[in-house]
Amino acid sequence: MLNLLSIITFLPAAAALIGAVFLHGEDETAQRNAKWLALVATGATFLISLIMLFSFDPSNTDFQFVEEHAWIMGLTYKLGVDGISMLFVMLTTFLMPITIGACWGVKTRVKEYMIAFLLLETLMIGVFTALDLVLFYLFFEAGLIPMFLIIGIWGGKDRIYAAFKFFLYTFVGSVLMLVAMIYMYTQAGTSDIPTLLNHSFDAGPITLLGWQIAGGAQTLMFLAFFASFAVKMPMWPVHTWLPDAHVQAPTAGSVVLAAVLLKMGGYGFLRFSLPMFPVASDLLTPFVLWLSAIAIVYGSLVALVQDDMKKLVAYSSVAHMGFVTMGIFTANQQGIDGAIFQMLSHGFVSGALFLCVGVVYDRMHTRDIEAYGGIVSRMPVYAAVFMLFTMANVGLPGTSGFVGEFLTFMAVFQVNTWVATVAATGVIFSAAYALWLYRRVVFGQLIKDSLKSIADLDTREKLMFAPLVAMTLLLGVYPALVTDIIAPSTTALLTHYHAANGTDLGSTAEAVTHAAAHAAPSH
Amino acid sequence: MPPPTRPPVTERPVPMTSVDLSIALPEILLSLWAMVALMAGAYFGKDRLALPLTWATVAVFALVAVMVGVREPGAQSAFGGLFLDDGFARFAKVAILAAGAAVLVMGIDYLERQKMMRFEYPILVTLATVGMMVMVSADDLLTLYMGLELQSLALYVLAAIRRDSVRATEAGLKYFVLGALASGLLLYGASLTYGYAGTTRFAGIASTVEGGHLAVGLLMGLAFMLAGLAFKISAVPFHMWTPDVYEGAPTPVTAFFATAPKLAAMALLARLVQQGFGGAPADWAQILAVLAGLSMVVGAIGALSQRNLKRLMAYSSISHMGFALLGLTAGNQAGVKATLLYMAIYLIMTVGVFAFILTLRREGRPVVRIDDLNLLSKTQPMQALAVLILMFSLAGVPPLLGFWAKLTVLAAAVGTGWITLAVIGVISSVIGAFYYLRIVYLMYFGAESDPLDNDIAPSQRWLTLAAAALTLLGVFNLFGMEGAAAIAAQALVH
Repeated sequence: MLNLLSIITFLPAAAALIGAVFLHGEDETAQRNAKWLALVATGATFLISLIMLFSFDPSNTDFQFVEEHAWIMGLTYKLGVDGISMLFVMLTTFLMPITIGACWGVKTRVKEYMIAFLLLETLMIGVFTALDLVLFYLFFEAGLIPMFLIIGIWGGKDRIYAAFKFFLYTFVGSVLMLVAMIYMYTQAGTSDIPTLLNHSFDAGPITLLGWQIAGGAQTLMFLAFFASFAVKMPMWPVHTWLPDAHVQAPTAGSVVLAAVLLKMGGYGFLRFSLPMFPVASDLLTPFVLWLSAIAIVYGSLVALVQDDMKKLVAYSSVAHMGFVTMGIFTANQQGIDGAIFQMLSHGFVSGALFLCVGVVYDRMHTRDIEAYGGIVSRMPVYAAVFMLFTMANVGLPGTSGFVGEFLTFMAVFQVNTWVATVAATGVIFSAAYALWLYRRVVFGQLIKDSLKSIADLDTREKLMFAPLVAMTLLLGVYPALVTDIIAPSTTALLTHYHAANGTDLGSTAEAVTHAAAHAAPSH
Repeated sequence: MPPPTRPPVTERPVPMTSVDLSIALPEILLSLWAMVALMAGAYFGKDRLALPLTWATVAVFALVAVMVGVREPGAQSAFGGLFLDDGFARFAKVAILAAGAAVLVMGIDYLERQKMMRFEYPILVTLATVGMMVMVSADDLLTLYMGLELQSLALYVLAAIRRDSVRATEAGLKYFVLGALASGLLLYGASLTYGYAGTTRFAGIASTVEGGHLAVGLLMGLAFMLAGLAFKISAVPFHMWTPDVYEGAPTPVTAFFATAPKLAAMALLARLVQQGFGGAPADWAQILAVLAGLSMVVGAIGALSQRNLKRLMAYSSISHMGFALLGLTAGNQAGVKATLLYMAIYLIMTVGVFAFILTLRREGRPVVRIDDLNLLSKTQPMQALAVLILMFSLAGVPPLLGFWAKLTVLAAAVGTGWITLAVIGVISSVIGAFYYLRIVYLMYFGAESDPLDNDIAPSQRWLTLAAAALTLLGVFNLFGMEGAAAIAAQALVH
């Protein structure tokens, strides 16, 4: 199939259009139709993306399934995937049916809700498949519209503040990136990403307002892109929109936000910052590494004192994304593989944790940790599922959370021991907040009357959790499933990066990665 | 002062021929139509004829637009070089006529309900439109001034057309006094330019510009003319009148102010700097850069605290004019193309938004406060969705048309090294996003309030929906506007 990527990208949008035109009314039947339409569409998208996964050739580091058509303003409509973007597409298509399942209980404006999620899926997949700068920007930015509405219309009490903060924070970062993109276009004469990947932008020092800027234009462009991706990740200190957005968003919105939207930042670093501005990336590596270390420690410490479950998980996301940026900017094989692995793992684990919060929230309508306690006696299955994901969040060996953290630690230890040391303390704190949360919610005496009649997971919820449990365990014991696909592309990226910087790639890198990946289950 | 260099004046009076008349035929036809309509109105029942006259004017506009649009390509000069019909003028004229027709259509229901349907209204709009068409065809300072004044005088009267309303009268008077001042500045600049260039012809002025810089006298002349034109496009710091006039004038008139005259003045500005002073882009680009930067920022910040939709749109238009000027600042063909595209897209969005504002009524009385939009999506889902699309587009969020408008002017500016200005622009667009988002938020998740009247005239509903649909579907090919703007820019900048 020649248009495979276009089909995967736009199938959800087509379903949204069908829903918008043919579904009417707010009664029970109409609501059910809307939900089933969304579920079938996202499910079909996932199945089609499986075809892509199986016909993908990991050893080929070029872009595959490439489609190219002329478009407006001299731009091209160009899609394609390589080893780096491939699995992000899969993550998105895999999680969307689960997300739709998570909004089965919504009662207001169901049709619009489903349409918003379907459009969001198209835009998210588009971000990972776009091979034209402006096309990428288009998908990247347009995703703000449905998310703004999801938080604003179906969100919690302070949803207005959260929606505005989310939109404006991300918007201000992105517009700076837009200016840098335009500058790149004027310099390289093309907006084609594969061509730009091989274009070396001027890195000679320039003087601006009396300041000498090392790395010159590359540094400025790097910082413009950084403004966008760092907000999206989110990195400390521009993370403050995330807890607000998460707390106010409906459960399904939180899942998508944590599982996929945050990954756009990491993907952006890998696709743009590192390969296109290698000199600037190298210059600013210490800066980014320290920000990451701070994010890990700060995010974990703040998570420790939260009394809102969602906020706690949100801050733990900030900490986990710190591992991702840390891994990416070590610029060695373990680091980048580990960062990608961590992103995928975090997609499953944090998505599942938000679902866990959603499950009890649906029953009790509160997210206060204080309101719970001892629910293990009423909800044994839930307690088991919640435990698994808590452990994965901590990074217990055997779960997917371990592999990513371990690889990034190994990578950063080679580059900067101090950062590694500081970040390692964050791991201890993460165990503390996660286990403490689990103890307060699940264990203890069931003394609150309101909890006496709480019901365990129903079939729909079990079906939602089952694939996430499976993936978390599978990737935990067999990480090569991921690393085999991404390694050739990340190696190519690193070769390019180190050639541009004139530095040593580190010949043992790949061997170590595989050793680590295969060693993981035995820990 | 250095002695001005005067080229020998070789232009002799050229006899007017039928060729000249055929080149200016669209303008002549429109003027004739205005006269016929005036006679008809005066002799047969005055305001009873207002409705048929309005529809007939829309038809005439459409006809003339088609006439202009299908003209064979290439530039034709008439009346001894006073009047020029080229690709640039044709692009602007079609846009002006389309916007004028749309504004006439959207105002009908409002004017009827408010008992303001007067037969002078379509006639004044026609005359203003003739003025704008002359403006964009001007190849000479005198034609420029004549077109501008014809337009302005008609607009002054339109602003005050609601004679018994204190606010409208105040708006009209304010507009008139400040507009006359601006015209004076422009005229003063024109006379200085004439004094130093020895000619009023644009080509003649251009021939006196040597070495990429303007003589001091010419620079002064240009600065005064730019100040006058900046008033017409309401660029900061000549924008003070805009919110008050937008607020005070009847809403259909405000809609007209916000659309066609803005494009006409912007096109005139482009022609003046490119054809008259094209030899010294560095000199005027600085002036335009200051106007653009200030307009973008002040427009964005000024709108933040506005609670009146019309005032909000006034500041919004100031900000948008700043962006359009960003394209001209680039000073090259890509920049002119970007500005034209920006203005065309701005017209589409503005028409959609004003068609919506005209429908806002509660128990028959027009309302214009943004709080009146509370939860509009419950009672008027389609309208709310259309306005949502238009608002995100005005904020410049992709994939909507407003994004492409911003992208093209930013690309033109960055391409010529105006990077700081581009950064100022994008930052102000983030500030601006706040108030556009606030409208979306009120419509979709605001507080409960009394619903607005739901009997919307089909013409207004369809204009809003069509504008939103264009805004959304433009991502595929921009409806060929890009190609048309490129041809127009090519005609202006060789």
